[in-house]
Amino acid sequence: MLDKVIFYVFAGIAVGSAALMVTRRNAVHSAIFLIATLLATAGIFLQLRAEFIFIVQIILYVGGIMVLFIFVIMLVNLDVALHQIKFARQKWVALIVTLALTAQIGLLFWTTGKMPGQGFPILTAAPPDRLPPNAEAVAKSLFSSYLLPFEIASVLLLVAMIGAVVMAKKRT
Amino acid sequence: MQAAAQATLDFLKLYWAPLLCGVVIVAVLPLVVGYIVLIERKLMADMQARLGPMRVGPHGLLQPIADAVKLLIKEDIIPDDADKLVFWLAPVFSVGAALLAIAGLAFGPAFQIAQDLDIGLLFVVGISALGIFGIVLGGWASNSHYSLMGALRSSAQLVSYETAAGMALVCGLLFAGTLNIKSIVAAQWNQGVWFGFLAPVAFFTYLVASIAETNRAPFDLPEAESELVAGYMTEFSGFRWSLYFLAEYVNMIVVASVATTLFLGGWLRPFAKVGWLNFLDLLPPLLMIGVAGYCVLRMPKQPTRVQQMFMLAVAGLCFVVALVLAAPVLLPFVKPSLKDAVAPFYAGIHGGFWFIFKVSLYIYFFMWLRFTIPRYRFDQLMRLGWHFLIPLSIINVLVVGVALIVGSYFNLQGWALLLATTPAAIVALVAALVILSLDQKNQAQQESATATDFYAG
Repeated sequence: MLDKVIFYVFAGIAVGSAALMVTRRNAVHSAIFLIATLLATAGIFLQLRAEFIFIVQIILYVGGIMVLFIFVIMLVNLDVALHQIKFARQKWVALIVTLALTAQIGLLFWTTGKMPGQGFPILTAAPPDRLPPNAEAVAKSLFSSYLLPFEIASVLLLVAMIGAVVMAKKRT
Repeated sequence: MQAAAQATLDFLKLYWAPLLCGVVIVAVLPLVVGYIVLIERKLMADMQARLGPMRVGPHGLLQPIADAVKLLIKEDIIPDDADKLVFWLAPVFSVGAALLAIAGLAFGPAFQIAQDLDIGLLFVVGISALGIFGIVLGGWASNSHYSLMGALRSSAQLVSYETAAGMALVCGLLFAGTLNIKSIVAAQWNQGVWFGFLAPVAFFTYLVASIAETNRAPFDLPEAESELVAGYMTEFSGFRWSLYFLAEYVNMIVVASVATTLFLGGWLRPFAKVGWLNFLDLLPPLLMIGVAGYCVLRMPKQPTRVQQMFMLAVAGLCFVVALVLAAPVLLPFVKPSLKDAVAPFYAGIHGGFWFIFKVSLYIYFFMWLRFTIPRYRFDQLMRLGWHFLIPLSIINVLVVGVALIVGSYFNLQGWALLLATTPAAIVALVAALVILSLDQKNQAQQESATATDFYAG
């Protein structure tokens, strides 16, 4: 009961602020509602005892990416009129992408419902208090079973970082 | 309706203790912050050869309460052109993040709101980093140039120093091997040496970066009052302004607690594992009795009767605290059978004392820095961050990792680990200084090149 109440509070905040984020005209207001959505999602992660994902969500998305977003929004004074024309043209593309995504998620639910004795993966999750310590579990799987993908991702990030440094450097 | 009532009851049954602790923290912290400010003003006055606040209460001891009342009843002004919603939200965000970060901290083994959070330290660091939104959004919402400048400076400063602070924490965590705050302190107990000694470079980096992150002098550029009026909080007044103020000082407590937990042994007594130094347990009660005695001695010097009574009351309070601190140490001597019954109280009370003592020392050091070092220029701040602290902290993580491997190869434990980590620290420092000097040479060349160009043109 209590779990449900907490979940619906967080989910309501997440969905409500996501809707507000799309509809606000002011870019900074949109950013604030995006922060609210991300924080509410982090709350749901915490409720699932996925502590590590909760804090990674907050540090990376809220504390890192959103700070840069707001920084850029404040530096670049967005002209409202320009802004509207730019996004109006993408309306149909956006609609198609949204429909495709909805169909994909619906298909996922439909197929998981049809598998014998399974239903939604959420319903059969392990009891949260028997989970191993999050950070250690993530680290172990990253550095043992998923070592190669992890290294590839780090090389990619390193390349991106060096690329940013090279591009930012003055050509003399 | 009944279901909702049931849910509330369940909630209260499960979480009454953390809720109570939370309410206590929210109620007590403003008072604590008020007294930190009083100490800061007294210290500043001392360094500038003045007396500081003296009028309200003996030696200005009631000044924080007077200040709080003044701030609460001041007029609350919102500028006409401000963004009302964001203007309202920003200070709340700042205070909320700072207070929430306290929930993850452990003030002694007994007092922690989020008990046994596996991500302990990461939680504290991550949540307290959210406070930047309060500053940035507050500066933007005020619709004033000074505020916006302060907000931009602040976000640039925080983003650049967070990397160095994070790397310093990683270095400390290499020794601890866990993120859980209680386990970090337990690891220092097992080693018998604080990580601040094993990782001095990381401690130094964290010290500098934490000053920058709390926007304190000499890195108080976001609110540099001689250039930007008051930076991001120029347009804020009354209660909203005091919320920012509260957030700044709570953030100081948070960074001091993180440093204490990771580098200064948390709630462990100095030399906690050395048996023959157990008489050090008597230090806390003796210290409190000393303060009480000083208050009694100063009592006849007070000009009015009320102030004399107040001084006596302070002395009495200190004496009671001394009794509480002394009881778990002295009781087992009187009645040896009580030793086991008293042990948890001993751990809780003395742990709390040492933790708060170390946090106070750290904050005291912050104040000293504030009054002795002039403010950095913005480009100096950025150069210090990007060209010295970040390379230093990254190199330090690498060499400390190597030192740990060498240490485990030779089976070094405790103080012997210093044999491996001290050379590592020296290597890191030298490497960072070489990078800095190369960089400066480069810069000087470029500057001389542009200068000749300028004169040639």
